[in-house]
Amino acid sequence: MSDRPTPRPRLAVWKFASCDGCQLTLLNCEDELLELAGAVEIAYFPEATRAVVEGPYDVSLVEGSVTTPSDRERIQEVRAASRRLVTIGACATAGGIQALRNFADVEEFTSIVYAHPEYISTLDTATPISAHVPVDYELRGCPIDRAQLLEVIAAFVQRRKPRVADESVCMECKRRGTVCVTVAHGTPCLGPVTHAGCGALCPAYDRGCYGCFGPAGTANTASLAHRLVDLGMPRRDVGRVFRTFNAASPAFAEESARHLGSEQEVAR
Amino acid sequence: MADSRPVTLDLEGLQRLIDVLGEQGFTVLGPTVRSGAVVPGRVGSVADLPRGWGDRQEPGSYRLRRRDDDALFGYAADAIGWKAVLFPARELMWSGSVGPDGFDVRPGPGPSTYGEPPYAVLGIRSCDLHAVAVHDRVLAERTYADPHYAERRRDAFLVTVVCGDPSGTCFCVSMGTGPRADAGYDLALTELLDGQHRFLARAGSARGEAVLAAVDTRPAEDRDEEESEQVVAHAVAHMGRAMDTTGLRDLLYDNAEHPRWDDVASRCLSCGNCTMVCPTCFCTSVEEHTSLSGHDTEHWRIWDSCFTTDFSYLHGGSVRTSPRSRYRQWMTHKLAAWIDQFGTSGCVGCGRCLTSCPVGIDITEEVAAIRAAPGPRKEDAHATGR
Repeated sequence: MSDRPTPRPRLAVWKFASCDGCQLTLLNCEDELLELAGAVEIAYFPEATRAVVEGPYDVSLVEGSVTTPSDRERIQEVRAASRRLVTIGACATAGGIQALRNFADVEEFTSIVYAHPEYISTLDTATPISAHVPVDYELRGCPIDRAQLLEVIAAFVQRRKPRVADESVCMECKRRGTVCVTVAHGTPCLGPVTHAGCGALCPAYDRGCYGCFGPAGTANTASLAHRLVDLGMPRRDVGRVFRTFNAASPAFAEESARHLGSEQEVAR
Repeated sequence: MADSRPVTLDLEGLQRLIDVLGEQGFTVLGPTVRSGAVVPGRVGSVADLPRGWGDRQEPGSYRLRRRDDDALFGYAADAIGWKAVLFPARELMWSGSVGPDGFDVRPGPGPSTYGEPPYAVLGIRSCDLHAVAVHDRVLAERTYADPHYAERRRDAFLVTVVCGDPSGTCFCVSMGTGPRADAGYDLALTELLDGQHRFLARAGSARGEAVLAAVDTRPAEDRDEEESEQVVAHAVAHMGRAMDTTGLRDLLYDNAEHPRWDDVASRCLSCGNCTMVCPTCFCTSVEEHTSLSGHDTEHWRIWDSCFTTDFSYLHGGSVRTSPRSRYRQWMTHKLAAWIDQFGTSGCVGCGRCLTSCPVGIDITEEVAAIRAAPGPRKEDAHATGR
């Protein structure tokens, strides 16, 4: 606490294949930004400032997954320049929505999407940062939760373990006093197998959980999938609910393959 | 204490009861309809109550249904129980800050979801009243009482209403906890729907008598008491579930390695819903919320669950890593070890763990499955409740 290391730890924020939403979560910490700037030196954060402080960095926040040959090289440089590396969000932690390519043919995609696919240099897969370099901490979510981000940074500054539970969304939902959308409305919800952290946001608005924080530590996806079928969801759709932002996370990838067939093995 | 003589009150009398409680400084809570379910909420008038609503509850499913009468308490167990009123899901225990003059600590608790105590709870069922008694034992009557709980509990005014229309997941009769409360309340009401819509009322405490005296009532007639008995008899005859509790503690201790635990583990989501909705589950964790500067901290207590891996995390790892070990821990604690620990079962038969389980795991069915094919008795294995 009072023995805060001086000078302030240097923070860097890096972007790989992503939508920038998780970086924006950092910028959205409006009430805490001044305190944050007091606790760490924001040394590299192109989304916020052109000013660049040369590395090495004490902690790097990495957003996005690795989808190109050049990014495959760049993540090695980021790792080499970082004392601690924290991935932020579903892309960096599980491959993101773009990991849907892992189950399909990328050349087919590029031939449809781009007028000149020959200019596209991309990998067959979108992979999490941990598939390439050692990662010190993974923060879930699409996007990440502001409070969890601040908690992870505070934990780093204070040299303690972050307080981030790997329990299910249901725990947060029940603490919040929300009526269960599955039990009371028959709405399909991935909350029981999804990692907490969002505060059970969607069920609070009578919507099922999309699983954007990826699998909880205890996820029993097979049992939930059985229940979704009971609720009347076609098997193909059951497979698809597990193929969104965290499609390539092992627990969700295995479950979706059970319903959609093994179109292609998940590359990790 | 012995119950006072029964009286009856009509809907105007019920409104007067709500008013009197409000005038006495209580935050009055009662059943309300929100988001397709009967849940606790603030109640200022009879019109706030779920008039004409009933429910249909089965394992994994809860639905409101329209009744063909104007019953105000015609549902079974509320979809969200009363636990959070006296035992909030998140409670600030204390906060502290470091300044030039040292460390300053300020006590909690923070404001509650349900407004400021003291609370008057209108419509708490007998099953939940028994759960409050379990919490009293666990939280307030042991060597180190929880002062926040004890204060809220001491000041709370509890109005129980006999459960006249149990649901498909109710089994209070098996657990000896209902459908009519025999103690632990300030006022007990039975809703009577034959002829004039009225309530048979009894005081269960001096406070209850004083409140009742301020309400316009009439002495109960024989007909009122007979009808009240019929409400209870109807409820007893319409329990959705039953659990044979004969020798249950030993049965579960003897069957710690029963293959049924693997079966239920294949279905269990480890989501923790059963423990969150259980009116007696009391496990909590404490969290420090520190500011980035490290100068301020808040010490929060939050509901925890034995279904998370963090719950049994000791140095180096979690003790209960398999769903099998977690479900067995919960059910064996609830129905067996609880008896050794607190002198009573931890289950009050409210059925919420069945209704709220997304995959409909039924604790009565799990007990019956083990009872149907029990393992051999282990005469000397009952010393521990692990």
